[in-house]
Amino acid sequence: MVERRPVLTALSHLVLVLGVLIVAFPVWVTFVASTHSAEQIAQSRPLSLLPGTHFLDTYARALFGGMGEYGGMKAPVGRMMWVSFVSAMIIAVGKITISLLSAFAVVYFRFPLRQLCFWMIFVTLMLPVEVRIGPTYEVVSQLHLLNSYAGLTVPLIASATATFLFRQFFLTVPDELVEAARIDGAGPMRFFKDVLLPLSRTSIAALFVIQFIYGWNQYLWPLLVTTTEDMTPVVMGIKRLVAGEAYTEWNVVMATALLAMLPPALVVLLMQKWFVKGLVDSEK
Amino acid sequence: MEKRVRFRSRWLPWALIAPQMAVVLVFFFWPAAQALYQSVLSQDAFGLSVEYVGAANFERLFADEGYLQSFKTTALFSLLVAVCGLAFALLLAVLADRVVRGAAVYKTLLIWPYAVAPAVAGVLWMFLFAPSIGVVSHALGQLGIQWNHLLDAGDAMALIVIAAVWKQISYNFLFFLAGLQSIPRSLIEAAAIDGARPWRRFWTIVFPLLSPTTFFLLVINVVYAFFDTFAIVDAATQGGPGKDTAILVYKLYHDGFKAMDMGGSAAQSVILMLIVVVLTVLQFRYVERRVQY
Repeated sequence: MVERRPVLTALSHLVLVLGVLIVAFPVWVTFVASTHSAEQIAQSRPLSLLPGTHFLDTYARALFGGMGEYGGMKAPVGRMMWVSFVSAMIIAVGKITISLLSAFAVVYFRFPLRQLCFWMIFVTLMLPVEVRIGPTYEVVSQLHLLNSYAGLTVPLIASATATFLFRQFFLTVPDELVEAARIDGAGPMRFFKDVLLPLSRTSIAALFVIQFIYGWNQYLWPLLVTTTEDMTPVVMGIKRLVAGEAYTEWNVVMATALLAMLPPALVVLLMQKWFVKGLVDSEK
Repeated sequence: MEKRVRFRSRWLPWALIAPQMAVVLVFFFWPAAQALYQSVLSQDAFGLSVEYVGAANFERLFADEGYLQSFKTTALFSLLVAVCGLAFALLLAVLADRVVRGAAVYKTLLIWPYAVAPAVAGVLWMFLFAPSIGVVSHALGQLGIQWNHLLDAGDAMALIVIAAVWKQISYNFLFFLAGLQSIPRSLIEAAAIDGARPWRRFWTIVFPLLSPTTFFLLVINVVYAFFDTFAIVDAATQGGPGKDTAILVYKLYHDGFKAMDMGGSAAQSVILMLIVVVLTVLQFRYVERRVQY
């Protein structure tokens, strides 16, 4: 604040509050829709913007499945949430682990083809899963990994960004620490475990948030590699619920959407400090 | 940048880098090579025989109206997403940077859309704009605007742009805010003493100093619009009406997994890879790593 301009400040707050409301509006409508019955939504023109009375039964039906209002069975979202959670965890932990190890190898050792290995990892930045879905799908199906956690996660585990970030970070670690460790007779793995890992805690936390969300929100890949109901992640499950406007139980769809948003949103909000730092640092 | 002090071992570094290399080779390089290889082959209708056809797949693609149309659609879509997304986020970031009290609160209130899956964002906005039951489409109807994204290509495009921008708001906002907070206060104060009003200060000092951040975000948003919005399109419009919102990634998926055109979809993969390479090179060549003063 350089000068006092009460009017401008009030205006700023007004626009910001409007911005926040616009951004939050879809989620509010989602919540409202999930507290009405499917009947009410289908017949209302338009939907009221106040919550209804069907909160509990909608969520119970969404979570545990059962008969829908229009007949037909609903797959339980509870199981989908579990699949999403496990996949997101494997992806986040896996990415961080292999990136830590490869960054450590690239920075602290000298071996033939070192540069080549590093470049090969770097080039994967240029091959997002979206542009090579066909062939990657073939590889996964030949390895018999369809409808398995391995198929859902392993192809997404390589991470140039995480390797990059850890490499940058390791380069800033003072050489004296290595020397001290060597004088004390610590081997490389001992140094990695007792010195590098504790130092990297913040970067690991930041990356964890970003990668967990990345894993949780995958859509195209699960769409290809899962065909059975019990291996469907929740984000994809929503798509399956939206059949067509006449027969869609919008209240259940919206309840599922909220449930699908909740875990990653909580992770972001609870780990906000690391997340912001990690996002802004890692992308530079 | 190299370390002076290193560890010595003949086998350990290989063991350390092996897991990452295994994943990279099996799931990145092998499929990418497959795509290149398949893009010069053609399969007959029954998938029984394969023959080498050279660049025929590519020629067929570029002779195809639908593919060129998809290119135009994608270009328009990414331009709209990048411009609208950056403008809205920049406005909010400048204001949040201005109000000292509550900046942190606004930050918290604006970062959660980052956590929403693109597919969910697509479903949410589709529900808001649904022709018969949507809240927003009803309000628009009251104003005399007939909204129907199932029939009108413009409406469908607007819908996916809105959903994509909404999803990306927090990302752009965070980067703009970080960029704004790294601009030295003394510059702003000096300008204020010279009599420059906030509006003038923004355009002559703040905006030029933000240009590295803006350019970086521009590249990122174009990449996002090109590759990460498949789920939004699939959930909101399924590429319709007709093929009017079938962006390149969507078309690739549709041709490869629904129309089962192996050679054609592999050729599309190769073209998309080239686009990513260009964008990545842009990002690393011309985007300064840090804002320099």
